[in-house]
Amino acid sequence: MTRLLVGPFNRVEGDLEVTLDVADGRVASAHVNAPMYRGFEQILRGREPHDALVYVPRICGICSVSQSVAAARALAALGDITMPDNGRHVTNVILATENLADHLTHFYLFFMPDFVRPVYAGRPWHDEAVRRYTPSTGERVRAAIAARQRWFTLLGTLAGKWPHTQSIDPGGSTRAVDAAEKVRLLARVREFRRFLETHTYGAPLEAVVALDSEAAFDDWVARDPLGSDLRFFATVARDTALATLGAGPGRYLSYGAYPQPDGSTALGAGVWQGGALSPVDAAAIREDATHAWLSDAGGPQHPGSGLTVPEPDKPGAYTWNKAPRLAGEVVETGAIARQLASGHPLIVDLVGRHGGTVYTRVVARLLELARVVTLMEDWLRALRPGEPFCTPGPLPDEGIAAGLSEAARGSLGHWISVRDGRIANYQIVAPTTWNFSPRDADGRPGALESALEGAPVRDGETTPVAVQHIVRSFDPCMVCTVH
Amino acid sequence: MSTPFTVLWLQSGGCGGCSMSLLCADTDDFHGQLRDAGIDLLWHPSLSLDSGDDVVALLGRVLDGTQPLDALCVEGSLLRGPNGTGRFHIMAGTGLPMIDWVRKLAAKARHVIAIGSCAAWGGVTAGGDNPTDACGLQYEDDARGGLLGADFHAGAGLPVINVAGCPTHPSWVLDTLMALAAGSFGAADLDTLGRPRFYADQLVHHGCTRNEYYEFKASAEKPSDLGCMMEHMGCKGTQAHADCNTRPWNGEGSCTRGGYACISCTEPGFQEPGHPFHATPKLAGIPIGLPTDMPKAWFVALASLSKSATPKRVKVNAVSDHVVVPPVARRTRLK
Repeated sequence: MTRLLVGPFNRVEGDLEVTLDVADGRVASAHVNAPMYRGFEQILRGREPHDALVYVPRICGICSVSQSVAAARALAALGDITMPDNGRHVTNVILATENLADHLTHFYLFFMPDFVRPVYAGRPWHDEAVRRYTPSTGERVRAAIAARQRWFTLLGTLAGKWPHTQSIDPGGSTRAVDAAEKVRLLARVREFRRFLETHTYGAPLEAVVALDSEAAFDDWVARDPLGSDLRFFATVARDTALATLGAGPGRYLSYGAYPQPDGSTALGAGVWQGGALSPVDAAAIREDATHAWLSDAGGPQHPGSGLTVPEPDKPGAYTWNKAPRLAGEVVETGAIARQLASGHPLIVDLVGRHGGTVYTRVVARLLELARVVTLMEDWLRALRPGEPFCTPGPLPDEGIAAGLSEAARGSLGHWISVRDGRIANYQIVAPTTWNFSPRDADGRPGALESALEGAPVRDGETTPVAVQHIVRSFDPCMVCTVH
Repeated sequence: MSTPFTVLWLQSGGCGGCSMSLLCADTDDFHGQLRDAGIDLLWHPSLSLDSGDDVVALLGRVLDGTQPLDALCVEGSLLRGPNGTGRFHIMAGTGLPMIDWVRKLAAKARHVIAIGSCAAWGGVTAGGDNPTDACGLQYEDDARGGLLGADFHAGAGLPVINVAGCPTHPSWVLDTLMALAAGSFGAADLDTLGRPRFYADQLVHHGCTRNEYYEFKASAEKPSDLGCMMEHMGCKGTQAHADCNTRPWNGEGSCTRGGYACISCTEPGFQEPGHPFHATPKLAGIPIGLPTDMPKAWFVALASLSKSATPKRVKVNAVSDHVVVPPVARRTRLK
């Protein structure tokens, strides 16, 4: 048995360290360390509740809007505030802009560059991968950054800037949209659609969304195996057996994304397990701090009553991250969970055959990218200039509330309690808090930790490429994880 | 070809948002623009292929002098706690606190650049009772000192360059790096807080699209109102040093254009204003924070005069989320 300490782990958001015990060319066990602590949950205490809208986006520079939306939702619940239709549509567009930019950034800047590594030299696709995905010089990397820059001009208009907007209010959006802007915003979405249809998919978005089985997907890929970036990925994935790499826990959590007028969400909510969907019981969430450098006094806590108190010398701890569990179980969250919960036939079929693996996580993310662009067009068309975008209301001096939302990386929850007009407690459970959780009191590894078990380690590798694929397939955000 | 200007980028006690903002730079070829300016990004946490051992080896080459370093960019505040150990951020794979890495690497760099308000002053991470003992590279809020000390000067002679902002604007970073690479940036280009003067000699108020409402003190009363946000909504645009309304964000944006107050995120200590961010603190009905350089008596006199002169159009629109009363179209030529 040899031990590898892997880090700094880049092309993830924030700092990450993974300790691997390797035997017979395979990872025998893995421990995941989120090595940085900032203490947002401590900093928020004692503040005016509305101040959370300044602080929480700054938890994360890549999921900034997601944090704002969760906080605004918690405050809206606290004050029984309802957004007007325009406010809800704009908030959905702002959140979707960030989530889709994150999917794009993940695929082109964080995930695909690993295939240019010399370890793959000689594979029939390697030269083309180098041409497309080499960081800083790759043609598609550079094109994706340019497309992303244009894409985020949506938020220059709708949210003032990105990241760290304060335009997201419990009562809606602080930035009304006029009729001319609505036309312009739709044109900007079409520009992004053109990038995706030209490079990412090589097909109309609707044709990608209509792929309804692995057989249909494989046929579609086979038409031009090294063509569009999604097809290219699928071809590389087959050659490198990514469909069998990095299996998750087989339980998938989605709180549901993008609220609709009828109270439902455009992307479904639920826990997917064994091919069936059940409702999310948020009351059954517990955060277990046994292996975190944080106090675990009182045992695992529901986030509504959770505490965050650093104990840097705590024996047996190896990360700043707590271990959230749902009804005692490890879950995986992300685009794959949302697409399962909303019953997309391609993802349901792929996961049924392969489980949650490197391959299915990436395909689910790219499928979602296509799907949500079309939703954004619907929301923008539904705007009614001249009608209200924000109907603010007062917040009570006492109360408890939760704000559940979906960030690009998965389920994000904020739990707030207010006393005497001040935040008495604020707890955040972010997507990567779930996915990269450490072991719990029963010694059960978190989703990534178990996904790494069995990963191949080649002779002489100190930062095994298979481990990199698995880690990055979750699109981790370490700054959100610990916050 | 001349020697490239080498840049090493590290992240610590922040959110990574300044890097994400940087990628929104107004160019159709981000990496090409850097290369064309002679800038070689040795390593960046989000943008480089190298991981793990390769990165640690690169840091070693910088420390032993075999890899010259023109600019060390640090994003995020420096976490000195707990108890001065720096253990709130041990750099992955190295077992060493990030503050130790930053101290050692800063000693090797020709320039040291604080990317964003966390790295400049401590920022949001130093909020509340500052649980991690966070500070900036050369400041702790507005007090000189910070991690590197009040007297620190990088190899080329400048103190830490504070490209403050939360996040910082992509072109503030790029303009600074490109000017340094071109050898056209010196001590006279920094303001008294070490910020590049090309943006810090401006006020957010300059170019604010709400200026007509400001002139008449026609004020917004709730989120999404079009009026000036200084009187009630906590806006500090008349005091905050930055060019956000003349160099917009993400195309055509700025905080005030997005319908919310400037919280003066380029200023030291902005994270603890001593009042709720979204409400203007007042004394006897008058905002405490008056426009920079403006005598209070004049402000009060002008405000009351302009309020009484406010046209109905401006008064009504100020508390609406869209133009309810448009300007009258005159039938004669404008004089």
